[in-house]
Amino acid sequence: MPGQANFASVDGLHTFPRLLLNHARTRPAAPAMREKYLGIWQTWSWADVNERVRALACGLASLGFKRGDNLAIIGDNRPHLYMMMTAAQCLGGVPVPLYQDAVAAEMLFVLQDAGIRFAVVEDQEQVDKMLEVMGEVGTLEHVIYDDPRGMRHYTQPFLHDIHELMEMGRIHDRNHPDFLNTEIEKGHYDDVSVMLYTSGTTGKPKGVCQTHAAFIAAAQGGVQVDKLGADGDILSYLPMAWVGDHLFSYAQALVAGFTINCPESGETVMTDLREIGPTCYFAPPRVFESLLTSVMIRMEDAGKLKQKMFHHFMAVAKRCGADILDGKSVGFGDRLQYWLGNLLVYGPLRNVLGMSRIKVAYTAGAAIGPELFRFYRSMGINLKQFYGQTETCAYVCLQPDGQIKFDSVGQPAPGVEIKIADNGEVLVKGPMLLKEYYKRPDATAETINAEGWFMTGDAGFLDEDGHLKIIDRAKDVGKLSNGAMFAPNYIENKLKFFQHIKEVVCFGHDRDMVCAFVNIDVGAVGNWAERRGIAYSGYADLAGKPEVLELIRECVEQINADLVHDAMVADSQIHRFLVLHKELDPDDDELTRTRKVRRNFVAEKYKVLIDALYAGKANQFIETEVKFEDGRRGKVSADLRIIDAKTFPIVKKAA
Amino acid sequence: MSKKIGDVILDLQNISLRFGGVKALTDISFNVRQHEIRAIIGPNGAGKSSMLNVINGVYHPQEGKIFWHGNERKKMEPHMAAQQHIARTFQNIALFKGMTVLDNIMTGRITKMKSNFIEHALWFGRARKEELAHRQKVEEVIDFLEIQHIRKTPVGRLPYGLQKRVELARALAAEPSMLLLDEPMAGMNVEEKQDMCRFILDVNDQFGTTIVLIEHDMGVVMDISDRVVVLDYGKKIGDGVPDEVKNNEDVIKAYLGAGH
Repeated sequence: MPGQANFASVDGLHTFPRLLLNHARTRPAAPAMREKYLGIWQTWSWADVNERVRALACGLASLGFKRGDNLAIIGDNRPHLYMMMTAAQCLGGVPVPLYQDAVAAEMLFVLQDAGIRFAVVEDQEQVDKMLEVMGEVGTLEHVIYDDPRGMRHYTQPFLHDIHELMEMGRIHDRNHPDFLNTEIEKGHYDDVSVMLYTSGTTGKPKGVCQTHAAFIAAAQGGVQVDKLGADGDILSYLPMAWVGDHLFSYAQALVAGFTINCPESGETVMTDLREIGPTCYFAPPRVFESLLTSVMIRMEDAGKLKQKMFHHFMAVAKRCGADILDGKSVGFGDRLQYWLGNLLVYGPLRNVLGMSRIKVAYTAGAAIGPELFRFYRSMGINLKQFYGQTETCAYVCLQPDGQIKFDSVGQPAPGVEIKIADNGEVLVKGPMLLKEYYKRPDATAETINAEGWFMTGDAGFLDEDGHLKIIDRAKDVGKLSNGAMFAPNYIENKLKFFQHIKEVVCFGHDRDMVCAFVNIDVGAVGNWAERRGIAYSGYADLAGKPEVLELIRECVEQINADLVHDAMVADSQIHRFLVLHKELDPDDDELTRTRKVRRNFVAEKYKVLIDALYAGKANQFIETEVKFEDGRRGKVSADLRIIDAKTFPIVKKAA
Repeated sequence: MSKKIGDVILDLQNISLRFGGVKALTDISFNVRQHEIRAIIGPNGAGKSSMLNVINGVYHPQEGKIFWHGNERKKMEPHMAAQQHIARTFQNIALFKGMTVLDNIMTGRITKMKSNFIEHALWFGRARKEELAHRQKVEEVIDFLEIQHIRKTPVGRLPYGLQKRVELARALAAEPSMLLLDEPMAGMNVEEKQDMCRFILDVNDQFGTTIVLIEHDMGVVMDISDRVVVLDYGKKIGDGVPDEVKNNEDVIKAYLGAGH
């Protein structure tokens, strides 16, 4: 139960506002937040942050924000928005971060569901969205904005500049000096601290209510296992509405007391990463993938000597790098070579990636290709996987130092119990479980069974060392018509490791063979095409080039050759595939906002393509409607060629 | 939105410009009011860029008078225009391709710098202090035009649309009271045009900068300008608010090519 969380190391400090107060008291001058403004990193100390949170909280109170109210937070990672979370919590309110790139209509449901009266938004763009839905969200009373740019002509009385709010708060605080402390004192660890909406791969989003106790327990566990100290730095650039960001940039930062750094804008993340050189870095596999892709592209453009050196030392790293990082014994010759490689290749490469100071880098959210994972570890970057859901504060399994297995997500984290159900589903129990789904007792009862186990919906198994291996979403794991297991994610991840392939969707449940849709990576393939003198006009054109199709066919066949060796998945070799004429896009509802494929939606939308794949056709015409960022619509059409890939005969091993 | 359009700050009277026997501009008069967005349109070769160059002091008309804030302007050189707070961008981008975006925008501050060449070369004393202050201003422009991510990128590596934006940034860095834009949206795709329109409107709104622009895209011109002057074969054939100009017989003829 959440109430039994262990508070040994932060005694008495069992809510986030109290944690903040404690930092402000014990280490007021230490940096708490940084933000790049006009090209220069500005720092707020814990004392500064505390003062602002106080002003914000009192400001909210003077506008009428009450205990139990929900506060919508919409925008890129900005210090003021993080401070607003604590401010709401001070008053016993619940921050509800929303995905900032969603259009107004998509936000509508959450705003209505959470009964939002107050919204804090980043800028004019988000204010406009609020104005758009205001009529339909009857409860919405006040909108507070952080960036005043472009707001000069907005005269609505319910719009407030965040700096004005702080001024109001400071006056309120002077007049009622005891008010806020009393409010903070009223806070209890069993209160809901944040509401994060699930991305909604199926059905409407649900508000996951997490308590202070749950997130503090999850943060403590992670901080202990990976020994994250108060001197750390983290780059906060992932959506604030995502549980991972809330855990690392908010909960862990307040528990361990390290510094969060907000990038200048979404496009400058790579530059900011290099400038800050964080000690702890968190990214979904996709980001690590695209980082590697960009390195590989630049390497291909490098001189002969550099290329040779790179490939030689990468081979050395592949052989022994991961073992050296794990502290295993490695021969003297290899050690010497690795040392030299570190000087010439890995060190500079880490520096370019902004990972020179990294103590630990995490990835989660989707399975990571073992090759990709090994690449980073062999370069001396302590990349780890962890496993968890919004419902578990993203805290179920961690990989302890020295016990990293490429294909597992690690051991149960401190305080967490894991059980595998009869159908292979992973069940979880611990202090970090959700309190409930907001106003959805039916959904809560469905996910937490009578004995208090949370049903993750993932299929997996524990290996002999107690490491959890996740195969796929339990509902995605299907069977081919011959009865063999079909785990689409597993195959897709293998393919996605190729730098030329960005996204794959495999089909095969109840079918006699596996077929796939492929999205090429337009950066990598474009570069590849340029160097071969292949002219193309855009994504659709490039994706249809015979040379490109041939390139992808080679990738698929390589994977088939790989799959045939594993008895579990040998039947899942890809027989036929096609390269889609457009990139799968969250704006077209094909991916979730966290960029996971909406499998069923894609299958339905491109049904004619699937039929063509299985009917043995050689090509198929398709026209698709696309939505542009500004809301306009257009059509793309293409005549797609369907390619047959070579498959390999399955050799039954002697039992 | 209530924009305060002020008095006439630039008044051109009976301007004629000849290159040898070629008449580029014939007897053109129009004015520009403070804080307005004034468009100059016309078919190719109508004399639009020549007009801009006259305002800017690059060309010197043989006939006619120019009044700047009520005073008649004598023969003027382009650098004097800069000192009078007139900045411009060019039809074919005129940036230093090998220099970074930041350095290019810094050049927009050159007229504001007091320290001399030697001090700059030695990076010493007030040159250093000055540069820091100017950098602050430049960063504000970078923030305004949302080009933080290309701050350190050499301009030559940027796509066309972004280069245009950098050129606007350099002009803005001079903190002009009047901005001359020569086809700011030529060669852009729809999205880039939308961005550019927004920036032009923002500049006009936020800083109250008077803007004179030449543009081919009629949709853009009619949407964002307060008044439009139409040239054809070096002569003025229309002048007024967008709706007036749109319905002007001569203008329609010039654009549809009838009678030529």
